[in-house]
Amino acid sequence: MNPTRKRRLWLVALVLAAVGGATALALAALNQNVQHFYSPSDVAAGQAPDARLFRVGGLVEEKSVVRATDSLRVRFVVTDRFKTLPVEYTGILPDLFREGQSVVATGTLRDDGTFVASEVLAKHDENYMPREVADAIARAKAQKEKG
Amino acid sequence: MNTLTLWFHKMGSPPTFYRVASRIEPWLFATALLSAAVGLYLGLFRAPADYLQGESARILYIHVPCAWMSLFVYAFMALNGAIAIVWRIKLSEQLVVAAAPIGAAFTAITLVTGALWGKPTWGTYWVWDARLTSELVLLFLYFGVIGLERAIEDRRKAARAASLLAIVGVVNLPIIHFSVKWWNTLHQGESIKLIGKSTVDPSMLWPILIMAVATKLYFGGALLARTRIAVLAQESGKEWVRELVLGKERNS
Repeated sequence: MNPTRKRRLWLVALVLAAVGGATALALAALNQNVQHFYSPSDVAAGQAPDARLFRVGGLVEEKSVVRATDSLRVRFVVTDRFKTLPVEYTGILPDLFREGQSVVATGTLRDDGTFVASEVLAKHDENYMPREVADAIARAKAQKEKG
Repeated sequence: MNTLTLWFHKMGSPPTFYRVASRIEPWLFATALLSAAVGLYLGLFRAPADYLQGESARILYIHVPCAWMSLFVYAFMALNGAIAIVWRIKLSEQLVVAAAPIGAAFTAITLVTGALWGKPTWGTYWVWDARLTSELVLLFLYFGVIGLERAIEDRRKAARAASLLAIVGVVNLPIIHFSVKWWNTLHQGESIKLIGKSTVDPSMLWPILIMAVATKLYFGGALLARTRIAVLAQESGKEWVRELVLGKERNS
């Protein structure tokens, strides 16, 4: 390779390394801001901001959903399998909201430790399968638990 | 000179490129159309609905291949940008300029189909999580490359400036890919993995893979078509172009 081309190649490599390095540093510094939501463990560790709007994400704990009979108020527990966080929400939940599925809720923490959500979004997981396969997996799981 | 370098030198010559490209191009478009028809038929009519999302999961067959292409085209563009800057090969400069609008289109389709799927699934069209935001930045990078190239009078200087921007933007590609791993995002993690088990049922996986091939073939065809025009414009004063145009007129 002739010297001019070699110099240009180094220049390109240098530009890429410099920009890459700068971006990596910036992202590392902004790590907490890039996170879309806090987990219940983060909240329990006091990492979530108090008296400010933030998001909490996790699984809706099985058999934790309690609906009010006279209003649209729903209470459920969000868990990351380590810590849990009770959530209260008044409004219409997305179609995919289900026990055992993930949600991302936006709201604030009340003094009693309940998260009061103003918006609840369903988070889809990376599994895609037809109904028959899902049913078969559920059946196999039930059988395993029994036997 | 070995065969590979010889091939590169030959393809770098405008008349040879033009001749070879115009011969391959219709085949690329035809196979793209055929595989897209098969992929969409399998995806939209034959594949089963998702157990949880129902029919709306079918957006997968367009969204995922287009998202892959939005990254693939950018990587291709940046690689050609590097070749253009280091070796000053004219054809590479033209490939950078030709690839940008195609990549931008794939990125736009990815964002729009994602938003349409997000509403029924998540409950919102858009959130500013790391995956969605970095994909939007990718669209702006494509716009930047297109705009910068248009803003400079001298065609070759313009192409090299656009190439440099394309190279700088490569930093965004790993961010998009790993965003769902590095941070908490509303967007779900990877379903289809090169290494390891995919979490998409095989009955739904095949249409996606066929569509991935179709989008690549389309990209090939569209890229050759755009580059061919750029080559003609650049070489418009040359003998071979005159012969080509006059020969066509004589035949018609």
